[in-house]
Order: sequence, then C-alpha cells, then structure tokens
Amino acid sequence: MTRTLWLGLLLVALIAAPLAIYPVLLMSILCFVIFASSFNLLLGYAGLLCFGHAMFFGTAAYVAGYLLKTYGVSVEVALIAGTLLSAAMGYVVGIISVRRSGIQFAMITLAISQFVYFLLLQAEFTGGEDGMQRIPRSTLFGIFDVSDHMAFYYVTLTVAVLAVAFFYRVVHSPFGEILRAIRDNEPRVESLGFRPERYKILAMTLSAGLAGLAGALKAMVFQFATLTDVSWPISAEVILMTLLGGLGTLTGPMLGAGIVILMNDELAQFGEWALIAQGVILLLVIIFFRRGVVGELSALWRRLRPSPDQNQDRG
Amino acid sequence: MENSTATAGDYALEARGLSKSFGSFYAVKDVDLKVRRGTIHALIGPNGAGKTTCFNLLTKTLTPTAGQVIYEGRDITGLRTAQVAKLGLVRSFQISATFPHLTCLENVRVALQSNHGKSFRFWSPLSAIRSLDPRAVELLEQVGLADAAHLQATELSYGKKRALEIATTLALDPKVMLLDEPTAGMGHEDLEPITELIRQVSAGRTILIVEHNLSVVSSLCERITVLQHGELLTEGTYDEVSNNEDVITAYMGGVDAL
Ligand SMILES: Nc1ncnc2c1ncn2[C@@H]1O[C@H](COP(=O)(O)OP(=O)(O)OP(=O)(O)O)[C@@H](O)[C@H]1O
Ligand SMILES: [Mg+2]
Repeated sequence: MTRTLWLGLLLVALIAAPLAIYPVLLMSILCFVIFASSFNLLLGYAGLLCFGHAMFFGTAAYVAGYLLKTYGVSVEVALIAGTLLSAAMGYVVGIISVRRSGIQFAMITLAISQFVYFLLLQAEFTGGEDGMQRIPRSTLFGIFDVSDHMAFYYVTLTVAVLAVAFFYRVVHSPFGEILRAIRDNEPRVESLGFRPERYKILAMTLSAGLAGLAGALKAMVFQFATLTDVSWPISAEVILMTLLGGLGTLTGPMLGAGIVILMNDELAQFGEWALIAQGVILLLVIIFFRRGVVGELSALWRRLRPSPDQNQDRG
Repeated sequence: MENSTATAGDYALEARGLSKSFGSFYAVKDVDLKVRRGTIHALIGPNGAGKTTCFNLLTKTLTPTAGQVIYEGRDITGLRTAQVAKLGLVRSFQISATFPHLTCLENVRVALQSNHGKSFRFWSPLSAIRSLDPRAVELLEQVGLADAAHLQATELSYGKKRALEIATTLALDPKVMLLDEPTAGMGHEDLEPITELIRQVSAGRTILIVEHNLSVVSSLCERITVLQHGELLTEGTYDEVSNNEDVITAYMGGVDAL
C-alpha cells in the first residue's frame, strides 16, 4: 500500500521535474536508468558480468539515428528498430559467450565489443571519428510534434516507465526465478533438468534489447551519436552505476545512474579531475559500502526495524 | 548370494566398465555397478577413491572415457545432465547445493518448474506458477521445513540446508536419487533426522548414497560397493564388506568405525 503511494509521489515528481531542472539532464538520467536496469538484469539477476554492454547501447544509437536522418521514420519506429537490432545482437553474443562464466565471459564480451567498435569506426554511415550529427526528432506516431525539449521529455519519461516496468516483470516472472537460481548455483539448476545456457541466452537478448532502447532514446535526446556511445568508458560507467547503487537490488542501479549522471554534470567543469573523482568514489564504495547505496540502506533499515516483509528489495 | 537370482530387469541403474581419466590419471577405472530397484545402495571408499567422480559419470556431469551407463534398461551414456534428470535420475551434491538468495519455497519451486513448461515465460507474473506453491509447501513439510518457507536458504542451519536440498531433489519425483554425502559436516544432533528422512523418502525409490558415516550406512543400506583408487574393491552386504580383509586394509587408520 505505502509502496503504491511512494510510486505515485515519484511519478508526480517526475512529471513536474522539468519545471525545475533542465530537461536534457533529466532525459539523460532516464536513458541511463534504462541502461543500468538492463545491465542489472544480467549481472544482478543472472550473474553475468558483461564488459562490453556499450556495444548494444551505441549500435542502437547509430541505427536509430540513421533511420531518422535517412528515412525520416517516426520516433517509435526508430526506438523499436534500435531495440530489436540490439536484442538480435545480444542473442548472437549470448550464443558465443554464454558457455563461459566469470572473467572469461567478461573478456569475451569485451573482445566482441571492441570488434563492434572497430566495425562502426570503419562503417560509412556512422560518420567515423566525427560521429553522426543533427539527428532529427521526428514526429511521434507520425502525427505529434515532439521536437522541443519539454515535449520530448514526456516521451522519454513514458519510455523509461515502460522499460522499468518491463524489467520488473522479467525479474518477477517464472523465467526470472530460474535466472536467479542460475546466478546462485548453475550446476544445481542443470542437475534439476534445465539447460542453463538457454536461459542465459534469453537473458542476454532481453538485456541487450533494453540497452538498445536506452541507446536509441539517447540518440534522440542529444540528437547525435558518436563512437563514445559504443566505447569501453560507457561499458565501465554502467558497471559503476550498478555497483554504486547496489548490485542485485531492484532500484539500486537506477539510483546509481542518477547519481553518476548528476556527478558527471557537476564535475564536468573540472575537466580531467572528473575522472579522478569517479575513480575515488568507486574505490570508496568498494571499500566502505560494498552493497551499494540501496543495499546499505535496506540493510540498515532491516537492522533498525526487523519485520516479516524484509528483503523487499532483494530478488 | 541373492544377487545371482536377479535378472537384468531388476536393476534401476547400472554402470558397465565405467572409466574416467584426467590426463594419464584414472579417477575411476573399469567400474561395474548394479543398483537394484527399490533398494538403498551405498558407495563407500577412502577419500579420493572416485566416489564423486562416479556420481558425475552416472548423471553425465562428466563424460566417461570408457564404459556405459544403463538407466532403467536404457543406455543413457550419450545424454546430457538435464535430459538424465528429466528421465528421473537426479543427484545431490557433496557440497551444499541450495540457491542461497532464494527463499526455501522458491528453492523447491525452481525444481517444480522443471516439468511445468513455463520456465521461459519472462512476460508472465509469478502468479502463473502459484499453482506450484501447495506442492512446494508439502515437500517442505515432508522434510520439516514448513516454518522456514519464506526464509532465504542462506539463513538456514547446515542440517536444514541439506534437508532443503532433499526437498528440492524430491520435487522432481525422481525414480533414482544419488545422494553425495548427505550427512557430511553435520553435528550429531542432525544425523538421526536426516537418516530417518532418507529412509522415509526411499519408499518407492532407488537410492545410491555416498556416505562416510558407517553407522548411517549399516542402518540404511542393503548393499555396499567399495571403491579404492578408482577401482572396485568389493561389493556385498554390510557384514560381508566389513569383514573383508581388503576393505579393512584399505580403511587402515580409519578402521575404528568398522
Ligand atoms: N576434474 C578433475 N581433474 C583432475 N583430477 C580430478 C578431477 N576430479 C577429481 N579428480 C581426482 O580424482 C580422484 C577422485 O576424486 P573424487 O572426488 O571422485 O573422490 P571421492 O571418492 O569423492 O573423495 P571424497 O571422499 O574426498 O569426496 C581424486 O584424486 C581427485 O583429485
Ligand atoms: Mg566426493
């Protein structure tokens, strides 16, 4: 009951937010909330550490941008195309990598993402080093004009709410239960008659699709797509967001996304120092708040007020 | 020997000339094993004798270097672990194998999902598998964990974790259960209930059990196979085996319990 109330309040706050805060900053946070959730689905719920998650994000950004620039498709078509393409990519990467686990899986995904980076650098349509500029925000459903920041914010908000709802559904589904079991003890799941690799491939597909949605949306928010979007720093940033917010918690990585984007925004004026500050913060989190912000808070909450419905945010 | 009157159809599980080598080292070498349907059969031997490796071969966690595995008269040597499990040959693990961050109910429900056909449904809410909950609760009751249904497995005591594992294995309603040291690392207070539980769940099933505690073996098992250095040393009843010269020598040092 109180949860519904909190969600309602949060939604009202999000609807009113662009009156007080620059919409592009908000939209950027929302894109990364989707991206971080997609990463959380893999690492937090399937135990798969992907070091190349940016490949799904960045490729979808280019594809959406290309469709918008060249064919003038409407907003939702560009989003769906980016999502589907990345999901297909995730499926293929899954087939290649999912038999390995731990650091081997991480290294294979990193290698594939470097390969994708190289392909996009060479490809004609991406604009190479210069990136893809002036991506138009076309109409929504072919009729509504959403080109100004305020209108596009509400498009972004709607997409983010749907994406988070989808993420919630997946982790609280029959499939999600098997996925968490695989994360906890893969050989045991196999001994119970399942083929774990199939579940992991599906998890990769769904996660990559969400990452693609985030990337396609981002291309429209900033109206450009560059090689940065497919690069290792973006892959690393989503890891930072997840650890900072709380691995394996439902909301932690989303909060982590917000914190990191706001921090980058604040620190941008200090140039190189921003990177150092990020490093220091990550270090502090790893040393002192191993469970991340949400993880530590809910642990504290449980200690202060033990109740039967504890662990709400777990699982 | 009562064995001599048995026909091939009396055996639930058979190994024929089973071998597994790691490089030039044979962890299991040319082992023949027949487990009669409806019995509890023990596999014993000193540390490193190859018991766990045998289990891995029987359930296809490892692929044998040579030999065959026959389950219910069918050659399953070419199948995968998951397929073997679906046929009703299910194992437990030597090290505790629960899903620590799932509740006890969820632990059992995962196994129940194995034959439910909805395990790929990422779009369905959990209510789609709520119909499995009564059965899961029943299984938890059977192993004495009814009160713990909503606790995470990691919060259970060691003995209760092992009981949860048995409930999870039972969820598949296996015809043959392979239990790898179900009492390992347990305090004395947990031994009796687990032994009782194994006896109780053996009704209508065949069980092959690796067990170091010989009082548990003597109270549960009709036949005992002894391995040493990966090879079959002897097979027989508890009395036959415990009076066998080779077995006493093999267990030298650890002989007190015999
Ligand atoms: N994957 C492997 N690679 C190499 N050697 C192995 C492997 N698995 C097992 N062994 C070796 O095979 C031998 C038998 O091991 P196994 O685990 O089957 O023994 P066990 O009878 O179960 O012993 P314990 O009573 O200690 O559980 C040991 O010497 C072990 O070191
Ligand atoms: Mg062993």
